[in-house]
Amino acid sequence: MQDTYSRAGNAADPAYLSPDYMSTRARAPKQPLVIIPQTLSETTGPVYGHADVRPEEADLTTQHAGEPLGERIIVKGRVLDERGRPVPNTLVEIWQCNAAGRYIHVVDQHPAPLDPNFTGAGRVATDASGHYQFTTIKPGAYPWRNHPNAWRPAHIHFSLFGPSFLTRLVTQMYFPGDPLFPFDPLFNSVTDEKARQRMVCRFDLETTKPEWALGYVWDIVLRGSNATPTDPDHA
Amino acid sequence: MPERTPSQTVGPFLHIGLVPAGYAFREVFSATVADPGIAGTHIRIEGRIFDGEGNVAPDAMVEIWQADHQGRYAHSADGRPLTSNSFRGFGRCATDKGGFAFDTIRPGGVPGPNGSTQAPHINVGIFSRGLLKRLFTRLYFAGDPANAADPILALVPADRRDTLMAKPDPAKPGLLRFDIRLQGKDETVFFDA
Repeated sequence: MQDTYSRAGNAADPAYLSPDYMSTRARAPKQPLVIIPQTLSETTGPVYGHADVRPEEADLTTQHAGEPLGERIIVKGRVLDERGRPVPNTLVEIWQCNAAGRYIHVVDQHPAPLDPNFTGAGRVATDASGHYQFTTIKPGAYPWRNHPNAWRPAHIHFSLFGPSFLTRLVTQMYFPGDPLFPFDPLFNSVTDEKARQRMVCRFDLETTKPEWALGYVWDIVLRGSNATPTDPDHA
Repeated sequence: MPERTPSQTVGPFLHIGLVPAGYAFREVFSATVADPGIAGTHIRIEGRIFDGEGNVAPDAMVEIWQADHQGRYAHSADGRPLTSNSFRGFGRCATDKGGFAFDTIRPGGVPGPNGSTQAPHINVGIFSRGLLKRLFTRLYFAGDPANAADPILALVPADRRDTLMAKPDPAKPGLLRFDIRLQGKDETVFFDA
């Protein structure tokens, strides 16, 4: 049975066991994965898009009575597949900490202030050309307990569906030039330097809105189907 | 051609973005895959996720994707009409110390490779802190005669197939138990497609 989705690109992903990231040691499976053909169960998948989002959910700075503190930013880009085709009408969910490096989450104990005007959750659907755009504030760096003096580089979590069960992706977007990159076991769990750079957005003056917000651009590339490009319904 | 964006862990704070009801952000997903009006045999699936030290993972997330009672997926790559337009076949549940629970229906058998039929099964994705990418497994129904001819189960070593079987709870009719073991003895079979 022929694969609908290429497997070659999976090499970009980190291994389950990445010992410098301590939590992988008790959670990475030890048995080899069982390789299976791509059946209808894998080439189908949940379909969520425009009907499931509200326009205001793309702006993380307007969810409360006041404005959140921090550097206002616009993050935008395209969702593509590995054949370069846009992935239209697919749900993008994001979450992040506030400008001080604190998540609103109940288990985050970093002694940095919460921001009463910032939740840090957003969602949007890509348009017909695969474009998405969020307005938010730049997240801060924060410490974690993986190893002595461990700090996460600033990042925004992204979750995407794409057209099938096999295109599902959860990842993190990083900011250019972060001095914490060499010390972060999550960033470096991706062992290929070029693949790591694909998790880093770029500053873009054209996206930057004068007197308002800095602009960053980040394209996200999902697994692609081998179906012909003229057959988008079966992509 | 553009190259793939690598996966990263959901981390411990996934609830803010993915299961956000506790953070006053609107929920899109739920652990109810089938409302009472949906045709089929209604079931509840409960399970826990154990790490290699035998501890319950209280900070993971499980997603399920399944066909309807006739074995049809709500997706264009299937294309066969479903009995109900409101059946989307997808559920998401964060785990706590008690595990996870889904309310759904038993799916029908679905087409498999080379004209075969796959035994009824539910596709399961697992995300958590310590998982740098999704883990993917399948839930089958213990005792279903169709399991014997399932082309995917046939690829699983016989002594590990039991890790994929949801089993009825004798004390609670309609309840199926499906525990997931990330590591160690009786480690769940995970797939690569």
